[in-house]
Amino acid sequence: MANQDNSHLEEAVLEHQAGTHEQGDHGHDDHDDHHGDKYQSNFITHYIFSQDHKIIARQFLITGMFWAVIGALMSLVFRLQLGFPEESLAWLQPVLGKWIVVNEIGMGTLDPDFYYALVTMHGTILVFFVLTAGLSGTFSNLLIPLQIGARDMASPLLNMLSYWFFFIAGAIMFASLFLSTGPFSGGWTAYPPLSALPQASSGSGAGMTLWLMSMVFFIVSVLLGGINYITTVLNMRTKGMSMWRLPLTIWAFFVTAILGLLSFPVLASASFLLMFDRNLGTSFFLSEIFIGGEALEYAGGSPILYQHLFWFLGHPEVYIIILPAMGIVSEVMSVHARKPVFGYKAMVFSIMAIGFLSFIVWAHHMFMSGVNPFISNIFVIFTLIIAVPSAVKVFNWIATLYGGSIRFYTSMLYSIGFVSMFISGGLTGIFLGNSAIDIQMHDTYFVVAHFHIVMGVAAFFGMFAGIYHWFPRMFGRFMNETLGKIHFWGTLIGAYAVFWPMHYLGLAGVPRRYYSFASFDFAGQFGMMNKFITIAAILTFAFQILFIVNFFYSIYRGRKQKTMNPYGATTLEWTAPINAGHGNWEGDIPEVHRWAYDYGKDGEDFIAQVTPLRENETESH
Amino acid sequence: MTALVIILTVVLAIVVTVQIGRLSELAAKIRGEQESEADSNKRNAYGMMVFMVLFLIFTIGSSIYYKNSILWYGPHVSASEHGSALDKTFNVTLFFTGIVFVLTQILLFWYAYKYRKQEGKKALFISHDNRLEVIWTAIPAVVMTFLVVSGLDTWNTAMADISPSEVAGKDYIEIEATGMQFAWLLRHPGKDNLLGTRNYQLIDGTNQLGQDWTDEKNLDDIMPDRIVLPVGKKVRVRITSRDVLHNFDLPHFRVKMDAVPGMPTYFVFTPTVTTEQYRKNLGELDKDGEPMYPEWHTPSDPEDLTSPPRWKEFVYELACAELCGNGHYSMRRIVEVVSQEEYDRWLAEQTPYYETSIKKADPVIIEEEVTTEVEMLTENDAAVTEEVDAGARN
Repeated sequence: MANQDNSHLEEAVLEHQAGTHEQGDHGHDDHDDHHGDKYQSNFITHYIFSQDHKIIARQFLITGMFWAVIGALMSLVFRLQLGFPEESLAWLQPVLGKWIVVNEIGMGTLDPDFYYALVTMHGTILVFFVLTAGLSGTFSNLLIPLQIGARDMASPLLNMLSYWFFFIAGAIMFASLFLSTGPFSGGWTAYPPLSALPQASSGSGAGMTLWLMSMVFFIVSVLLGGINYITTVLNMRTKGMSMWRLPLTIWAFFVTAILGLLSFPVLASASFLLMFDRNLGTSFFLSEIFIGGEALEYAGGSPILYQHLFWFLGHPEVYIIILPAMGIVSEVMSVHARKPVFGYKAMVFSIMAIGFLSFIVWAHHMFMSGVNPFISNIFVIFTLIIAVPSAVKVFNWIATLYGGSIRFYTSMLYSIGFVSMFISGGLTGIFLGNSAIDIQMHDTYFVVAHFHIVMGVAAFFGMFAGIYHWFPRMFGRFMNETLGKIHFWGTLIGAYAVFWPMHYLGLAGVPRRYYSFASFDFAGQFGMMNKFITIAAILTFAFQILFIVNFFYSIYRGRKQKTMNPYGATTLEWTAPINAGHGNWEGDIPEVHRWAYDYGKDGEDFIAQVTPLRENETESH
Repeated sequence: MTALVIILTVVLAIVVTVQIGRLSELAAKIRGEQESEADSNKRNAYGMMVFMVLFLIFTIGSSIYYKNSILWYGPHVSASEHGSALDKTFNVTLFFTGIVFVLTQILLFWYAYKYRKQEGKKALFISHDNRLEVIWTAIPAVVMTFLVVSGLDTWNTAMADISPSEVAGKDYIEIEATGMQFAWLLRHPGKDNLLGTRNYQLIDGTNQLGQDWTDEKNLDDIMPDRIVLPVGKKVRVRITSRDVLHNFDLPHFRVKMDAVPGMPTYFVFTPTVTTEQYRKNLGELDKDGEPMYPEWHTPSDPEDLTSPPRWKEFVYELACAELCGNGHYSMRRIVEVVSQEEYDRWLAEQTPYYETSIKKADPVIIEEEVTTEVEMLTENDAAVTEEVDAGARN
């Protein structure tokens, strides 16, 4: 007995010592501008090689914004060529150098090779660097530990590496922009043989080598991140945080990470096989090719095989992009409508269904690629089934607004805009997913309109909603709301003005990836529309300057966050102190007693997840 | 100069932005934050309604404006048999999605407006409703089933290859289109209606397709500069590529198929409207003698007002719809659909490629070539058989 008592005492003493030690640490931290834990004492470990998920989130975000600006500027350059082929682009020569070809009368046009390089880079950058790393990387990192009640990711080191592999991928891609033969120019899908043969296109030489290297680093980054997100969500939820109490953001990030983990390795295999074909003389994707005046030795390969491998990643990839946006929108909408998200469980099951189906629909990108038409039947069925969970989500969002008390913060405006975009772009997917209609629509501007609206603009809207909403969580200050609202309305109108007319181009049969429409009568009749689209694109970009200025200005000068929970939200991220250091909560991690959406229950504005259930109270879902 | 103007504009825009931001915060402070927030809330709620109205006018109005320029409608109904079924599937889908589009967009923006934050109004607490969920899962599921079934029916009919009985009866024309950077090489089977065998290793400056001249079927093959087809007759297009992926795209006939090196593909269709008839449809006048489709009565050359109207100049076009390099946008060929008599006349005028370009060349070289070809053939026998097999499968 005595012994036991003794050991108890010892434990208590040890605990007490640990406690005081921790307190001492915090005192030190406060003094040192909230610099998290003792392992991160200097500038380099705190801001550069940081292992704090909140810093890594900011790194992903700002790197993503950098790439978004580059990618958007690229689109403006090729839009100028498409909209105003008769106007001189000689004024761009100081920046683009030899890629602007100036004739003897001083008329400058964009070099077709560089046009295709810009189109390719625009796609690669936006899909991978901005909407995958910039969106999922930012918000998975920021919100997973904070919303499930964890001090950090399961492995902060892998998390840090995930960012730096992304950084290396970006650096390689950036370097490829300056090659004398130009960056890769065979489309973001990089279909061989075009991507495999330097004879086929100037960008398929060194440009493609760097593109492949960059992709491999990027894949590593996604895998490290994904493994971490999954482990963290499964293992590190705080006490009481059952899976059915997770906010929808976490569900979305969780399923996204699983998709990434299962699909990106397939892209890696495609990349490696392509490298072998390019450098080691194998024939995985190549057969019977006569190019540059000679018949090549490749025999027996199939370009279609690459397409299967690519789209096995490529299709889940579009859900990797859109699911986090969906999660963010569900959360923001619920907070600002002051209502529970409608049909929480239906939303979760929809996310799961979409995630599962995304793996068995890839060949709908390949209806016209020469695969056996019979195969397409199966893919049509699964593709159109996706419309069902997608429709359920849309109806649930609209039902969430019903009977709400909506505060139109910029984040809320973007959430509503997201739903509008998702409806518009999702419905055109029903045309494209139906192989019969796809015969006519495949590779036309209709496709361009469809995916830009449904996963480009919509995902951006989700990202903006998230940035405006969680900006105080990241920087302890608010972004300016007036500027934010101008930004929203300009972007909403601008994005529709850019992409809606493209449906008509596609309906007229105009193929995508055309440098000029003048060679064809059926494609050349839309000069006015192309000018309109280009002008709309420039104006929409101008509105993004508002956002960038607002963002950086607000980091330093924005309105300070004064209360810990400025929106009256139920979730855990608002229980951590403003400008929390590494470890998020100073004392114990809070315990969770209810789901994340008790808004307006029993006449109360909101009941936080940390509030215990009252007597006789049942959970609401 | 332009660059300087742009830089100055951007700098100015940034300065203005910062000032707007600061002013707005100042104004909010002066007026009281709560009041200005309530005001802004109301403005944005009204904005939702205004946007909804303008958006619907823009989307519906623009589709009416462009209806005679896009395919599927009016003068632009499909010029092929399977295309009409496609057009129908498209219109059915448009009908359903159109309804959903208008309804959901209206509900979204109208609810956003209606349920804006208002003094004394509280949000309802509704967490879920299983009956509603079942309803709005079931309705899309039913509609999708309908679309899938009708779509697949159309698809399988459109993609069916020539049937064995048709092969036996030879009641179709087989032509060949080969993509290369950056042109379409066309081949017509000539009098025997059979395309000769090819081997990509035989390709050179004159023998662009690598035709094997020991194969008699090749000797009467024609290499025209355009596709000429008789109306109402089934055509099987054998689609191949010499170098990278291309796509054989005939928008007016709803025909599209990748050209894949090493794997011939095909597309079977029946043209139903002659070029002449299509032009007439475009230039049609209504009862009062007014043009039905005014946009097709403008001069074909905007610079020259005396040029013939656009409808008279209309031609069917063949394009490439799969990115194939820096000349992707320029792979144009003209397609002509004519009556059977005109077609027969055209065919009679053509000289086989062998006659015009190969036979006249030095006979010694020909002989040499033939021997090397035979050698190569034995070597590549397997590859050639494989290609033929793949063609047959397709």
